[in-house]
Parts: sequence; structure tokens; C-alpha cells
Amino acid sequence: MRLARIVGTVVATRKNPKLEGAKLLLARPVDQAGEPTGAAQLAIDAIGAGIGELVLLVLEGRAAGSALGRRAAPVDAAIVGIVDPSGAD
Amino acid sequence: MHLAQVIGTVVATIKDPGLAGRTFLVLQPLSPERESVGVPLVAVDSVGAGRGEEVFFVRGREASFPFLPAAVPTDASVIGICDHWSLDASGSRPPRRKPRRRSSRATVKGQS
Repeated sequence: MRLARIVGTVVATRKNPKLEGAKLLLARPVDQAGEPTGAAQLAIDAIGAGIGELVLLVLEGRAAGSALGRRAAPVDAAIVGIVDPSGAD
Repeated sequence: MHLAQVIGTVVATIKDPGLAGRTFLVLQPLSPERESVGVPLVAVDSVGAGRGEEVFFVRGREASFPFLPAAVPTDASVIGICDHWSLDASGSRPPRRKPRRRSSRATVKGQS
């Protein structure tokens, strides 16, 4: 898992049926100090994260698919946790 | 998953039988600020995207999932067409440009 900051939202009406109803967020990986460490990428939100929040991001297909609760969903990134305000040091 | 713009198509008559009838799209990966990131790649379409559209795609083993139960040997697939996306206004990166109209992207040259 990586730490990431939610920086945006994506709206897509036309998408794979396995992604119907899923929330798509742009997550930028960050280090423990909150500094960006890589390019933002698209992730499925499984827990209700919002813009600006520090989250846990899984970057592996099977884990991401199970976070979404759908088998064989074509996803490779999912947000699986919201870091508490004092949770990363 | 990653954002990208469709910049062209690829036609290949001789290909793996699992790819028969599939559309190949040339994608330029984009940052959320709509800057080009990395080199273009070829992906199989699963949603009916066309040139100039902004899409998102998945890489790796999951790229074959949209076509199940068919076995499609691909490592990248377009799985959605972006209506729009928005960035946090207080983000550390440059502000986003206004979304362009799709018709204005007709000047993008692509392979054919």
C-alpha cells in the first residue's frame, strides 16, 4: 500500500459495467511528510474518501478488485483506508 | 488506472485470434493537469472510445478482464470515457485548464 493524497474527482458516464456506481478519484502518492512522490493516478474509492484527505492506496489488481467487492473488475488501484489526522509519522 | 487522450488508431490484419474484432487505440497518457506523460501506447478498446476523447485505461493482467470470458491477450485496455475531471483548487500543481470541446481536438494527428 502507498500513502496518497486525494487531489481530484473524475466523472465518466460511459465505462466498463463492472465499474458502474464506483467513485473514481485522482490520488497522488505522497511520502510520510505529505510531499508528492509521483504522478497522480486514478483509483476506485471503496470507503468514501474526499478531496484533500490522506489515504491508503493499493496498487495491485486483485486487492483493488476485492476492495470494490466485484470479481474480475478491471481495476488496478483502490483506496482502502483514510489515514487519521495523526496517523502517519 | 491512468488518464489518457486517444490520439490515433492501429489496424493490424494479422494478429492473435483473441484480438480479432478488437479496436486498437493509440493513447497518450495525461497528467490530471492535461500534460502529456510518457510515451504513447497501444490499448484495446472496451467502451467504444474514439480519437480525441479523454479516457482512462488499466494496465497489466486486469486489462484482459473487460473481455471475459474471452481471452484477449492485451496489457492495456480502455475502460472508461471521461466526461470531465476536477482538481482540488488548492493543489500544489498548476491550475487546470478549462476543458476543451471535443470538436477542437480534431487537429490531433494520429496513426492510421
